[in-house]
Amino acid sequence: MLEYTEKIRETARKLLEEGKVDVFIGYKKGSVPMMNQPVLINNADQVDLLHWDSNCGLNLCNYLTGRTDRIGIVANGCNSRNIVTHITENQIKRDQLYIVGIPCKGIIDHRAVQMAVKQKEILEIKEQGDTFTVKGKDFEETFNIKDYLQRNCSVCTHRNPVISDEMVAPPVEEQIEVDAYKDVKEIEGMDPDKKWNFFTRMIDKCIRCYACRNACPLCYCPTCFVDESKPQWVGKSSDPIDTMTFHILRAYHCAGRCTDCGACERVCPVGIPIRQFTKKLNKDAQELFSWEAGLTLDQRPLLDVFRPDDYNDFIR
Amino acid sequence: MTKKIYTKEEWTEALKGLANTYKIFVPVMEGDFHTFKALDEKKIPDLDFKNTQLSPKSLVYPQSERMFEYTLDENAPDANIIKESEKDYSPQAIVGIRPCDAHAFQIVKPNFDNPEYQDPWWIKRYESTTFVGLGCNDPGPTCFCTSVGGGPFSEKGLDVLLYDLGDTFLVKALTDKGETFLKKTQGGKEADEKALKAGEELAAGAADKIEVKVQTDRLKDKVQTELFDAPFWDDVAFACINCGICTYLCPTCWCFDIQDEVLGKQGDRIRNWDSCMFPLFTLHGSGHNPRSKKVQRVRQRFMHKFKYYVDKYNNGVQCSGCGRCVRNCPVNIDIREICELMNGFLHENQ
Repeated sequence: MLEYTEKIRETARKLLEEGKVDVFIGYKKGSVPMMNQPVLINNADQVDLLHWDSNCGLNLCNYLTGRTDRIGIVANGCNSRNIVTHITENQIKRDQLYIVGIPCKGIIDHRAVQMAVKQKEILEIKEQGDTFTVKGKDFEETFNIKDYLQRNCSVCTHRNPVISDEMVAPPVEEQIEVDAYKDVKEIEGMDPDKKWNFFTRMIDKCIRCYACRNACPLCYCPTCFVDESKPQWVGKSSDPIDTMTFHILRAYHCAGRCTDCGACERVCPVGIPIRQFTKKLNKDAQELFSWEAGLTLDQRPLLDVFRPDDYNDFIR
Repeated sequence: MTKKIYTKEEWTEALKGLANTYKIFVPVMEGDFHTFKALDEKKIPDLDFKNTQLSPKSLVYPQSERMFEYTLDENAPDANIIKESEKDYSPQAIVGIRPCDAHAFQIVKPNFDNPEYQDPWWIKRYESTTFVGLGCNDPGPTCFCTSVGGGPFSEKGLDVLLYDLGDTFLVKALTDKGETFLKKTQGGKEADEKALKAGEELAAGAADKIEVKVQTDRLKDKVQTELFDAPFWDDVAFACINCGICTYLCPTCWCFDIQDEVLGKQGDRIRNWDSCMFPLFTLHGSGHNPRSKKVQRVRQRFMHKFKYYVDKYNNGVQCSGCGRCVRNCPVNIDIREICELMNGFLHENQ
């Protein structure tokens, strides 16, 4: 996806020079391999900072919340779905945005790569088409990108933006026949005790840094429930029950809204597969309500509609 | 001071032999990362590691610590009386701690132990801990200990230092505490000249492998208020998501919050790590928040490390160059770059 960079720069330059946007939000190349940095530029002179490759992992929609200016922004499939969600949830207005669409082939799972080279220090990563090469002091290895995608990317069925004002390239082929919920089904098959143990073990390393929450574009509450002190809903120590309360409540707060962008999992410093919480809710939304978050501006979000003629009995 | 040579197998056995004298913490591979765990029959210490994902600061300064407890049961004779909770100060040793992380305890010390204030729990646990370091033969690309007063074989804050000579460890006592530790450690043999020389060469070579140099020498000269108002903070802060990764993984971040938690009639007063990245950190009871904006919080973290600490303690910067925040910041805010910006900052009048 390296070839997108030039096109992004060109578009950003045009938008800024013509005064169509006040700022442009994209990524710049990071100071360490596999870690690019979200960046905001407000001058055409800065466009050469902009960069795109398969390491643009953090969801840029985070940076839109509450902005009042006109913004150019790059968006791949999941980011564009979060932008849609942001618009329908009144966090940003459509006419403030100029969306530069990225047909996405998936983001590299930096931890998987790190494991593949047995935790040796990676000094450089180079992408070439469908493969990438990592180099260190005494090694060099080439991998297929598709074998090292983030787990959410490997089951993604919305790689192309669902909303955009301009595309940097023609759409990529969508993945079909992926079993997105194989792991969820396994957990669903567990008895309650086993399930509880599974989730307890899953989060036992959590250090309550809240990176998952803060990386999540859905988590824009001015004060998160874990930060409330009057009343205090959740204890702040590393007590496992409090930690579990945080994770489960946060997941439920994302029900019908999560686009499975994978930001939570990508940022977790202790490697917790946090999507196991949200994925179950995504699966339920899909199975019970045929709903996938952020696909269209024309429908209200799943959990903020009430219709007297709803086809579900239990709701009437 | 004692200097001994152990084969690696002997060393592991010797550690196991200390089980009755010390609680021994060693790096263990768990999931994708190394982490310090108490040595027991099931744990395999892995001293062939880069560094642990989380710093060992929690072994002296736990993320959550019960300070006091009380009962709210009015019928109890000690109703509503706060009592100090029992704590474990039995001797412990952190074996394999990297020199940067040991140095970090020295950086943190003036906060918990100074003429004005002494934090009893930090001090007691610090004093009950023996720091058995492992020099870094191969410092990583994000390591910059040599820029902040440390080094891959720095002895700062260590009681014992291990040199990995391939099949053997050269083990040197550095303090009385370290001497005591080695006296109780079985096996090994007296280190010969050859081993000592090999150790010296290893240490000299390792320091040269650190390519990153971060300038810190001009921080002290800067005017606090000018640096505070420097124009780069907005750009530095833009990407930050205000999570606690940098502060919680940092071996030198020490801030805490105190909470009362009540379950039924039992009350606990708990001290928890806190993070200046969180808006709640500075929220006043009145509702006012002096650091309500992200840029203010990001600036605070770097100003504390590279300016306020420098000015207050005259003890270098509040950073041991371990590189954890560099590797783990989800938005790649690189402390080395920020330090350079601050160090190189010139006010418009200068």
